[in-house]
Amino acid sequence: MFGKPGTSFATRKISFTLALAATGVLALGACGGGGDSGGSADAAKGGNTTGPITYVQGKDNSGIVQPAIDKWNAAHPDQKVTLKEQTDQADQQHDDLVQNFQAKNADYDVVSVDNIWTSEFAAKGWLQPLTGDYSLDTSTLLPATVTAETYNKTLYAAPTTSDGGLLYYRKDLVPTPPKTWDEMMSMCSIAKQNGIDCYAGQYAQYEGLTVNVAEAINTFGGSILSEDGKTATLDTPEAKAGLDALVKGFQDGDIPKQATTYQEEQGRQSFEDGKLLFLRNWPYVYSLAKTDGSSTVKETFGVAPLPGATDGKTGASSLGGHAAGISVYSDHKKTAFEFIKFLQSEEIQKDWLTKGSAAPVIASLYDDPTLVQQFPYLPELKTSIENAVPRPVTPFYPAVTKAIQDNAFSALSGSKSTDAALSDMQKSVQNAISGGQ
Amino acid sequence: MSTTSGVATGEFAQGKPPLDPGKRKSLHDGSGRKAAVLIAPTIVLLAIVILYPVISAVSQSFTKDAGLDPATGMFVQGGFAGVTNYKLWLLQDCGSGAFSCPPGTLGSQFWTATGVTFLFTVVAVSLETLLGFTFALVMHRKFKGRAILRASVLVPWAIPTAVTAKLWYFIFAYDGIANKILGTEILWTGDGWPPKAAIIIADTWKTAPFMALLILAGLQVIDESVYEAAKMDGATAWQRFKHITLPLVRPALMVAVLFRTLDTLRMYDLPKILTGGAGDTSTLSMLVVDQVRTGFNAASALSTLTFLIVFAVAFIFIKFLGANVTEQRAPKTKKAA
Repeated sequence: MFGKPGTSFATRKISFTLALAATGVLALGACGGGGDSGGSADAAKGGNTTGPITYVQGKDNSGIVQPAIDKWNAAHPDQKVTLKEQTDQADQQHDDLVQNFQAKNADYDVVSVDNIWTSEFAAKGWLQPLTGDYSLDTSTLLPATVTAETYNKTLYAAPTTSDGGLLYYRKDLVPTPPKTWDEMMSMCSIAKQNGIDCYAGQYAQYEGLTVNVAEAINTFGGSILSEDGKTATLDTPEAKAGLDALVKGFQDGDIPKQATTYQEEQGRQSFEDGKLLFLRNWPYVYSLAKTDGSSTVKETFGVAPLPGATDGKTGASSLGGHAAGISVYSDHKKTAFEFIKFLQSEEIQKDWLTKGSAAPVIASLYDDPTLVQQFPYLPELKTSIENAVPRPVTPFYPAVTKAIQDNAFSALSGSKSTDAALSDMQKSVQNAISGGQ
Repeated sequence: MSTTSGVATGEFAQGKPPLDPGKRKSLHDGSGRKAAVLIAPTIVLLAIVILYPVISAVSQSFTKDAGLDPATGMFVQGGFAGVTNYKLWLLQDCGSGAFSCPPGTLGSQFWTATGVTFLFTVVAVSLETLLGFTFALVMHRKFKGRAILRASVLVPWAIPTAVTAKLWYFIFAYDGIANKILGTEILWTGDGWPPKAAIIIADTWKTAPFMALLILAGLQVIDESVYEAAKMDGATAWQRFKHITLPLVRPALMVAVLFRTLDTLRMYDLPKILTGGAGDTSTLSMLVVDQVRTGFNAASALSTLTFLIVFAVAFIFIKFLGANVTEQRAPKTKKAA
């Protein structure tokens, strides 16, 4: 060995590279694993019987799910439901569900799906269509929540929670909230006089940007996809008017430039600090702005539905919310079906609203006087959800939202014109829905 | 060397004295088998955890991603893809010729992502090396409070990357400390150069201590007497640094640089949390993860490409590093001979 130290050392170094590189591949290989995507061939598995089941959902931060399950278990001792909590990160919940569906795991009987995942899971053949023995009565529900869970004219999951955007405004500076976008922009002079920013939503490059851009486009009468979900429809004057409204807001300084770094929380902080006249955000902000120690607007803010394009038409909020779907691999689908009906029942919906501020899916609850007293924003939220449009319902949602985010961000930050951004968005959304690449 | 000792143990274990050459040969074979049996579990384990995923990823990269059956609206298996998945990335070919991927598709971002990954690697590793070297030289001196300094320099390295990224996210917020101190209104997580600078700053802050530590280890093996001799010969501080410290610390330095380079090439968590890819800061690894959510097979092609890139960089490094190490060891060998 001492004879030729140079070569042996070099060889050792090379094999060290190989080892390092192999470790790299290992990490990468793990990402590529398990590409099996079931398809329709897998239909009709599991069993249509009763028995113990598992309900899977993201971390239950407000502690409202276990009490509901306890209630169910007390009434159904032989069909006990077990709660499995995932992390509180949406992406991780999605990936966990995908892995378990791919593994055909019968232990994931009922799963909570974000409404943007439903069509993907449905098209993969993982969710039990809610037809035949599993038909659900949706007449009491807010229609938009049902549309969001409907793929190919078939309902695949039962809406359990909803959410819609609200306009928070400073009633000390603006006595009556604006009804239209133009009216709101004209009120920006009030903000200027008071030395504060006028309007903000969520414009950082993440899912919130898709929500806000889709809202603008839908509000001005445009759409992202055709009704059958097979064509991109962004090359219309309406879509241009929608995106232009936001772009112009940034150009005029009515939307502060730092809003391109805003997610929900930054906007909320700015509003609570009294530095923002109008804020588009979710209902969760209401109780925080009322009670936060640092909130300077406790008594001086109000809520309104999102402003529309023309008078008499409310803005079209993007729809948030989750639904409960039954896994096709479940052995106890009968119990699973009864359980999702239970989650939708008025009793549970009311509980979840009062104890966890979760927006219900049953329309009538929004008019309940005692509930309105506790949650004064309910009437506005109802208007918002009634006018809400689900984000594009397509199995290729991840690629579609990426296409919207990237191009809208370029337009809002001024590195691309509205026309160029929309034309690129049209092409990339079309590309996304026609192949998934 | 290992073979000879293997034979020796083999003979010893079997309790037989060394015999005539013929017998010896068969014994040799027996111990070879025994070695194979002993190594087998390791080989099998490596095959399962390394070989299988690699082969599976590569073979998947030649399969089409599942597409929708227009009649049923359900996904169907894609079938053999040839090199389409590779053309998607390398040629940005979304189906209608080279560079047909419109902005906003993942396919259109391969070269941007490759560029920005290398930008981060070159700039961040250079800064980390400079800072790390400086820290190491300071920590190498003997002074009061050295232990505390050494420990405190390591703090950034000890903080998990996700936490680091969140810390810098708050620092770089519009109302954050960075803008307050600088008196600027820069959108650090917006568009243009600021998000890139933000990521490089955060990465340098986090990993310069790692460099410092590895370089310090290299400094400590240099014999003090070499410096004393150089001093006697009238070498200035700069000459001592250039002709003694630098060449002698070089092996440790190169290993540190190699580690950091490979690490930075596969950077994911820091930019993901800090900027979320805003302003073209998506690295190759982020692109892989985004693609996994859209289609496994194209993602397999992308991870294979990423691997080849990382491998090529590592190979160039080792060749370069190996050559230098040999050169350095050559005179020693002569002495030994």
